[in-house]
Amino acid sequence: MKVIGKPRRRVDGWAKVTGRTRFADDIVLPRMLHMKLLRSPLPHAEIEAIDVSRAEKLAGVQLVLTGKDFPVTFGIMPVSQDEYPLASDRVRFVGDPVAAVIARDEQTCTEALDLIEVKYRPLKTIATPEEALATTEPRIHEYGPHGNIHRLQAHEFGDVEEALGSSDYVFEDVFFYEGNTHLAIEQQAAVAALEDAGGLVLYSSTQNPHYLHRELARVLQMPASRIRVVATPNGGGFGGRCDPANHEMVVAKAALALGRPVKICLSREEVFYVHRGRHPVLMKFRTGVTKDGRLTGIHLQTLLDGGAYGSHGAASTFYTGVLTPTTYELPRFKFEACRTFTNKPPCGPKRGHGTPQPRFGQEVQLDKIAEKLGLDPAEMRLRIAVKPNSLTANWLRIGSAGLAECIRQVVERSGWKEKFRKLPEGRGVGLACSAYMCGAGLPIYWNKMPHSGVQLLADRSGQVTALCGATEIGQGSDDVLAAMVAEVLGIGAEDVRVLTGDTGLTPVDLGSYSSRVTVMMGNAAIQAAEALKARIAEAASEQFQVAPNRLEFANGRVFLAADASKGMAFREAIELAEAKFGTLGSVGSYRPPDPPGRYKGAGAGPSPAYSYTACVVEVEVDRATGWIAVPKIWIAHDIGRVINPVLARGQVVGSVYMGLAEALMEEQVFRRLPPKLSNALVHKFPSLLEYKSPTSLDMPEVETVFVEDPDPNCPFGAKEVGQGPLLPVPPALANAIYDAVGVRIDELPITPDKVLRALEKKAKGEEPRVGPEHFPAVPYPEPVVVPPPWEGGDGNAVKGAGPKVKVPA
Amino acid sequence: MSQGVMVRRNVHIDLRVNGETQEASFAPYKTLLEVLREDLGLTGTKHGCELGECGACAVLVDGEPQLSCLVLAVECEGRSIETVEGMAKGAELHPLQAAFADLGAAQCGYCTPGILMTAKALLEREPSPTRDRIREAISGNLCRCTGYQQIYEAVEEAARRMKESA
Amino acid sequence: MMRLPWFEFRAPSSVAEAARILAAEGPDAMPIAGGTDLLPNMKRRHQTPRTLVSLRRIESLKKVSNGAGLTLGAGLTLTEVIHEPKAQPYGALRQAAAQVATVHLRNMGTLGGNLCLDTRCTYYNQNYEWRKAIDFCLKKDGGICWVATASKRCVAMSSTDCAPALIAIGAKAKLVSATDERELALESLYNNDGIEYLKRRPDEILTEIRLPPAAGWRSTYWKLRRRGAFDFPVLGVAAAARFAKDGTVEEARIALGAVASRPFLVPKAAEALVGKKLTDDVIAEAATLAASRAKPMDNADLDLYWRKQVAADFVGYALRELRGDDMRGTRLRIARQIL
Repeated sequence: MKVIGKPRRRVDGWAKVTGRTRFADDIVLPRMLHMKLLRSPLPHAEIEAIDVSRAEKLAGVQLVLTGKDFPVTFGIMPVSQDEYPLASDRVRFVGDPVAAVIARDEQTCTEALDLIEVKYRPLKTIATPEEALATTEPRIHEYGPHGNIHRLQAHEFGDVEEALGSSDYVFEDVFFYEGNTHLAIEQQAAVAALEDAGGLVLYSSTQNPHYLHRELARVLQMPASRIRVVATPNGGGFGGRCDPANHEMVVAKAALALGRPVKICLSREEVFYVHRGRHPVLMKFRTGVTKDGRLTGIHLQTLLDGGAYGSHGAASTFYTGVLTPTTYELPRFKFEACRTFTNKPPCGPKRGHGTPQPRFGQEVQLDKIAEKLGLDPAEMRLRIAVKPNSLTANWLRIGSAGLAECIRQVVERSGWKEKFRKLPEGRGVGLACSAYMCGAGLPIYWNKMPHSGVQLLADRSGQVTALCGATEIGQGSDDVLAAMVAEVLGIGAEDVRVLTGDTGLTPVDLGSYSSRVTVMMGNAAIQAAEALKARIAEAASEQFQVAPNRLEFANGRVFLAADASKGMAFREAIELAEAKFGTLGSVGSYRPPDPPGRYKGAGAGPSPAYSYTACVVEVEVDRATGWIAVPKIWIAHDIGRVINPVLARGQVVGSVYMGLAEALMEEQVFRRLPPKLSNALVHKFPSLLEYKSPTSLDMPEVETVFVEDPDPNCPFGAKEVGQGPLLPVPPALANAIYDAVGVRIDELPITPDKVLRALEKKAKGEEPRVGPEHFPAVPYPEPVVVPPPWEGGDGNAVKGAGPKVKVPA
Repeated sequence: MSQGVMVRRNVHIDLRVNGETQEASFAPYKTLLEVLREDLGLTGTKHGCELGECGACAVLVDGEPQLSCLVLAVECEGRSIETVEGMAKGAELHPLQAAFADLGAAQCGYCTPGILMTAKALLEREPSPTRDRIREAISGNLCRCTGYQQIYEAVEEAARRMKESA
Repeated sequence: MMRLPWFEFRAPSSVAEAARILAAEGPDAMPIAGGTDLLPNMKRRHQTPRTLVSLRRIESLKKVSNGAGLTLGAGLTLTEVIHEPKAQPYGALRQAAAQVATVHLRNMGTLGGNLCLDTRCTYYNQNYEWRKAIDFCLKKDGGICWVATASKRCVAMSSTDCAPALIAIGAKAKLVSATDERELALESLYNNDGIEYLKRRPDEILTEIRLPPAAGWRSTYWKLRRRGAFDFPVLGVAAAARFAKDGTVEEARIALGAVASRPFLVPKAAEALVGKKLTDDVIAEAATLAASRAKPMDNADLDLYWRKQVAADFVGYALRELRGDDMRGTRLRIARQIL
């Protein structure tokens, strides 16, 4: 291969280092106005009246919008379209938008916001999942099973109680993973304008222009064909721009109403409110094992703090469990989950979407199991690592699976055998693993159409243009697109012009989420490139009087495989093809294979492939203060195949960074003031200073290893790399702390005060652990019962199933 | 707020940006960041908080990295301002830019201009900084994508290339 | 984009002229030096001065002069202080200045600005909209201190790094107004009140800091914060001591920062060192005495009980470093950089 696997400057590298990458807030259009949103200062209230008259009269103000201008709701999931662009009668968290001012400049907008008078009637606030479970009235939303429960679900794959009953040991642990946020450095911005005789164009820092496109059509009640969404390069995504956002709807409406371009750029504080970040999740694992460390069954219960709206919550709830069986052989699995509404900014997808939380619990518990059984945690994991080409208890199809090799790599490179349980007091190493999906098997709304489409254009100039709806959020999707096309056509990646993320010009791609882009866009790109190549080969082969398949495409030439001296420049070959076939173009599309599971709920979890990761973290813990230092991290990732090693390594180190940040310091937490004095329930510190994210001085060295075992479902065998490597980092850190000082911190983040508290407990002879003490009673429903593949099932439920899911032909 | 009867009038000054002197007229409350982006059209300089908490807006003022979000533009008369737009010589990238592009130091690219300017000041002062010096020098620039490692490598590579071509 | 409110801008070229403007404009005028504290506060509408009086063009505020000791102009940037050769003997100051915020902010912020830093609190250092959501607080626009709801006094925290260092060194501050000038021990520049935290009158300008001769003294500063950069201290420990040839402490000062609304000396802890050699026991006793005065509140980063708990450890680090222990490894872990 000439392009794939070679380190290269990314195709958009030049623009990024010269300051020419045009982010949304860099867009300036003639006659452009500015917009700001008035947000609720109350966590839960009815809106009794809004008076905008004084704001409207302020010099420079062009328009004020309120909830009455937006009768239609929206939401990323079809099952929870519960958001209004501007709240009409109810606000549900501090930061819920209630009005918008459009004026000549931001300063005027700010002054006008102060002139809007809103009369609120405060309602009782709900701050935690426990409160949500206990509060039947008021309900934050009128939908959901009951009270303030948003989602409830239960699945059982084989009789788990029986499995636990016949196990040598059963471990029961409760873990907590605090919520946190993406904190992309770019604050979301959007510019809306009219074009083409009244059609709407919206430039926005969105990861998912396609879903935004659909929701805009719904909210604005306009045909989608009259709306164009252009995803500007995102100044960091991490899942934070997956949801269609209020400000995108409102700025679009304003541009339509005024016939002028309108821009909004969120303040940092607003970014914290719009976030849709990691759900706080409380988890209980009951795990049965045999004496030699084989798993017999897991019963997992999760409780999610969803915040004030549905967001991706229906999916997030599934993801707190469905990938649990993908790492190790697990004969039986029961999973119960509950997402609650609270009066806080809604949570949604952040890098790893719902899965880092249970991975933390599972991998820390495995460490405890190994300790109890007297096994080396690496050896134990090697023994039970999931096998390639297998099915899981919940009917996920595993293809390639390089977990064992990942474990061997980090064990070898970290000097695990010389360090584990052998380092001096205060120093330790910990190991953890993970698996992650390479794209969701199903789209967010039910349809049978492709998940990704790529169109190629080529002409006599020799240029090849690749169009795809995929969105460049920094991960390098534009580079992947160019590389795939270039490899097939035998040209350089820099010879492919890419145009992406524009619903007006590019074929649909569902978006940059769930680690789907490389696999899905890549497969579509290869298909399109092969089709184009076939035409070029057919035309060129006539020159040499050979069959088209005797030609090779490489180094910008088309030549005889048998005799490289007989050939022509790629450009000349295109000329021949254009002469023979007329204007040249091709398309490719991709839709993932149908999942084997057929039960209700089987749609969450399936993926064309799964990536695997193993990680070793070394720590130094100061026994007097609990202070934690991390000198080094080793990580091995089963990527299938590396496309551009420069970018792939960047994704791994960046994931390690983010995982370590969540493990050590990041937390999106809230403050409730004394209820006798105040109704307030506010984000504790919506700022880049007080929401702690590691600086260069806080980040250890990371040694990265790639395990390449190409997956047949993936383009050139390449699996995901953007999310999976985050997941093992927090549990590896927790396990390392145990190795260093013998205390268990069963909740994230792991801060020095928690370590010190646990050390004090240890000194007093108490259980050396800090973490949640109990798991509340949650009214989980009767489970959907599905026999696992090895117990004679066919992927359908046998009990509590609801209607069987239709399997597409 | 004390806007009351205050006369709201623009200030009018000459600014020297990337070696070129330009006239600018702007409200006195505007920071250098706002004037660069909004009045001079130099949108290469980014912003992430406007409170001095991220480093995205770093530019060079008289050769020193400073945060343009906390510099009053009105105080910049007579000072030399350098932004990312001024780094390349014509079409030729500055060695730092080339190394950042080649070695993955820019992922989403949003913190990149601020880090490039900060690194430029470092290399002008210390042509061969150690890894630890690079870590310290860019510790006022938050990056959420890279985990910083490839940024260090790019600065080291640029230093090497600059020495070779010197 | 967060923007500043409107203001009138003045840029005098002498202290006298600046003082005249401040006197004429009254409390609606504020001096601005580096701007790294005032401008974020103005963007968040904590302060909305009608007039800003820039001190940046005043050359005399950049002066460094030797005499009996060292005089540093308040207008020196923190970077200039760190690299000032004459300031090298004052280890505590250099370490404190080097740990303020970030490289960029140290290139902008001044020594005087750091000493006059507004007190900080997580209920206060928030945007206008956020503060509206809690109905504001005692320090600004509201009636209740949300940190201690029964408190009549604002408990916002002194967050300057340089002040405890300079207090331990024994520095004095000079204030100049249109009508008079005065010099006071740096410690007496501060009130233990989150609102009226400075004894500086609105018409006064902090012009210079006078440090006593360093001969015979060793000083150091240890800062507790979450990250290696950006963060304000949640505990600052400065210690200075003069040693006899045999290592006996002849004179000492220990100052704490970020555990009250002002930085302050702990004379009892310092006295516990005098006449003794810094043995582990002596250090432990002084550390306990000093730490007992630390009263952190739940208005800053990190768990407040833990902050209180580790205060003695940090005093211990400082004293062991004064004793001559090699603390580089510990300092690297705590400060995350080589200082």
